[in-house]
Amino acid sequence: MKVLILFAHPAFHKSKVNKVLVDDLSELQGVTFHDLYEHYPEFDIDVKEEQKLLSEHDCVIFQYPLFWYSTPSILKEWQDLVLEHGWAFGSQGNELKGKLFFCTITAGGPKQAYQIGAFHNLTINQLLTPLKQTAALCKMITLPPFVVHGTHAMEDDKILDFKNDYVGLLKTIVDDKLDIEKVRKLDYLNHYLIKEEL
Amino acid sequence: MHEGGFFYQAFVYLSAAVIAVPVAKKLGLGSVLGYLIAGVLIGPFVFGFIGEEGQDVMHFAEFGVVMMLFLVGLELQPSLLWKLRSPILGLGGVQVIVASIIIFGSVMVFTSLPWQTALAIGLTLALSSTAIVLQTLSEKGLLKTEGGQNAFSVLLFQDVAVIPILAFLPLLAITEVGTTVGYESHTWIDSLPIVLRTLVVLGVIVSIIVSGKYLISPAFRLIAHTRLRELFTAAALLLVIGITILMTEVGLSPALGTFLAGVVLAQSEYRHELETDIEPFKGLLLGLFFIAVGASIDFQLIINNTGLIAIIVLGLVIVKLMVLYVIGNFFGMRMDNNLLFAFGLAQGGEFSFVLLSYALQNGVVTGTTANPLIASVAISMALTPLLMLLNEKLIQPYFGTKKEEDREADVIDEQNEVIIAGFGRYGSTIGRFLQANGTQATYLDMDPNNVDLLRKLGLKVFYGDASRHDLLNAAGAQAAKLLVVAVDYSDKALEIIETAKKHFPHLKIISRSKTWDDYFHMLDKDLHGVYREFSDVALRMAAEALSLIGYRSNQVHRSLKKFRKHDEEFLKQIVDSRHERKTFIKHSRQVIEDLEKMILDDIESVAKDKDLGWDITTIKEEFAPIIKKLKEENS
Ligand SMILES: Cc1cc2nc3c(=O)[nH]c(=O)nc-3n(C[C@H](O)[C@H](O)[C@H](O)COP(=O)(O)O)c2cc1C
Repeated sequence: MKVLILFAHPAFHKSKVNKVLVDDLSELQGVTFHDLYEHYPEFDIDVKEEQKLLSEHDCVIFQYPLFWYSTPSILKEWQDLVLEHGWAFGSQGNELKGKLFFCTITAGGPKQAYQIGAFHNLTINQLLTPLKQTAALCKMITLPPFVVHGTHAMEDDKILDFKNDYVGLLKTIVDDKLDIEKVRKLDYLNHYLIKEEL
Repeated sequence: MHEGGFFYQAFVYLSAAVIAVPVAKKLGLGSVLGYLIAGVLIGPFVFGFIGEEGQDVMHFAEFGVVMMLFLVGLELQPSLLWKLRSPILGLGGVQVIVASIIIFGSVMVFTSLPWQTALAIGLTLALSSTAIVLQTLSEKGLLKTEGGQNAFSVLLFQDVAVIPILAFLPLLAITEVGTTVGYESHTWIDSLPIVLRTLVVLGVIVSIIVSGKYLISPAFRLIAHTRLRELFTAAALLLVIGITILMTEVGLSPALGTFLAGVVLAQSEYRHELETDIEPFKGLLLGLFFIAVGASIDFQLIINNTGLIAIIVLGLVIVKLMVLYVIGNFFGMRMDNNLLFAFGLAQGGEFSFVLLSYALQNGVVTGTTANPLIASVAISMALTPLLMLLNEKLIQPYFGTKKEEDREADVIDEQNEVIIAGFGRYGSTIGRFLQANGTQATYLDMDPNNVDLLRKLGLKVFYGDASRHDLLNAAGAQAAKLLVVAVDYSDKALEIIETAKKHFPHLKIISRSKTWDDYFHMLDKDLHGVYREFSDVALRMAAEALSLIGYRSNQVHRSLKKFRKHDEEFLKQIVDSRHERKTFIKHSRQVIEDLEKMILDDIESVAKDKDLGWDITTIKEEFAPIIKKLKEENS
């Protein structure tokens, strides 16, 4: 299975966590790392090129830091322009049908804060509602997100742990070894390894 | 009154030039007239600083003409020369033949000179002055116009025609002169039989072309590698002088030889170096030549024969003018170009001096005939810049414009919202972009060649000077919304802006500025936008530079846009402060001072600006302890 990572971080030069997470990802067999802000500093997204990339892959990942409970702006622009009617959705739009989709998110707040009644009052999965529905409309199979919580207070070795998990996950997907039915029931994809326990 | 010392002479010539030329230019007369007047002033008949040696100086300075043709050749790619073949042979040939015949006829009718003399005079006076015409045309920037090109073609033909005329003249001798005096009487080639001579001449021409391509270019490359600037200059001079000697040896026109060499070298990578090296020599020598022409005008003779000379000059100018105009018309030149062509070439030339003295030596004409003619030719040459001025200021606006307005009638029903003045590389980029977005603009351009080309491509481009109110009007300025000034010449741009502001105050104007000076001037005019043509491209390159050394392109791009905005705002402040300071500070110091201010301001503003929305430093400071506490509680 071929994996496309659409990465969006407008201030990557200030990034700590994502910097580690994406480091050398493009070296991975079967993984295409596509850095949107680096590619389109003027937001002049090349729709045809993006669609071609999508067609060439079986699993699409949005990777981004959580900004205001949502994606950085270029990812929104990307959706608006690339997911054309008749191509991505609609009766004639079947180009994305059956492809996997999930988000890799880094968030300043800890997991405890993302609960109903807690500091942020909503779970990450609730926050992802529009994206999940977008994927559904495009007939994609949505998986739970891979989330790195608590970046505001995170030690370097902890970041590396997340990195290893993430790379492991990607390799599993590339090797077609991910049990899709099982992981769909998970809260976060971070726990894909302990699927036996389910 | 004068001493013969070289330095003394140089001093007299140079000071005459340095004083007279700027004055003439200031008065709008052009440099050629300035030099001529300087010559008259220092000549034997006014102040008498120089005497008869003026003649020798003139012979020496004719070398300037040779250099000029070399430079003209350098500007002319062989393909272009090939394109000019029909004006050169057609226009040039017809001009020389028809003018000769008519002058010959007039002399036969109005004087009692023998037909041989009359024919010699016809051939002589049919020629025009390469030096004066080309210099004046290029100074006015008209060399590239249709009229200018055709004038050049005719002059080129004449330069070649001199050679057979020189060969032919001795056959017209009316008095016995013992042995005929050959023009290049002692060249070895004369001893060869005619067939061999032709072969040698052809061989020389071919060898100039071949060696220009395969020998001279590599040689210049070698010399350029020495990195000795003066050696390159020396080599360039050597080339021109060498060809002059060679051509003289085989009895050909040196001007033709260097012209050919120039054309061959027009494709070489050293073209520009050659140009810049030869240019000052050419300029000085031509100046000297014009001074010498001025100094050689024999006022004593003129005073004694005022009536006769006036008639000759008038007759000469009028006859040539008419002949040229009719021919130009016949060859389909447009009115304005034809006027330029006719007024430009209506004089005798430096070759007339050569031919007349040669005819005198060979007993074709007598001294009493030749001397007034020489004076008349000199006067007609001196009149040329004046005639061209007359045409430009009085005649052209009348007739040229009329023609123009006929052509533009169809613009008015087009009525586009945008008028673009200047449709070269810059303006055409703007036009293409507008067109790609479905907006058709009306284009105005001052370069007729450009206009013709673009029209062939189906674009509605109009020839004309957008600084003229009537032309802007014809282009629909009344109804248009926006004027884009994209012309290449700073002064023109400012003129256009002034006209537009005065007559069409409703028009929004955006303008291209080429230099800091333009930029500040245009900012003063309170336009809707002034664009430094150097600024955006330079910033894009700067951004690319940062990207290439590893900066994130998104960061660089934001920084670029911010820098540009900040820069433009800051420049407006500078303009205001300039007004306060007025002109007390020297210009260059002011530029440096402004630049210094800008740099300091840049550093400050970049330091301040960190895209703080994307910065999490303070968020971390506040929330990290809370998160840590939460974790501790949990575990
Ligand atoms: C503009 C902005 C908005 C943010 N909004 C949130 C948010 O809504 N929830 C959250 O948990 N963290 C938020 N953060 C924190 C980022 O998610 C966090 O700094 C980032 O994921 C760290 O990854 P990095 O080191 O790769 O930049 C925000 C940060 C910025 C700059």
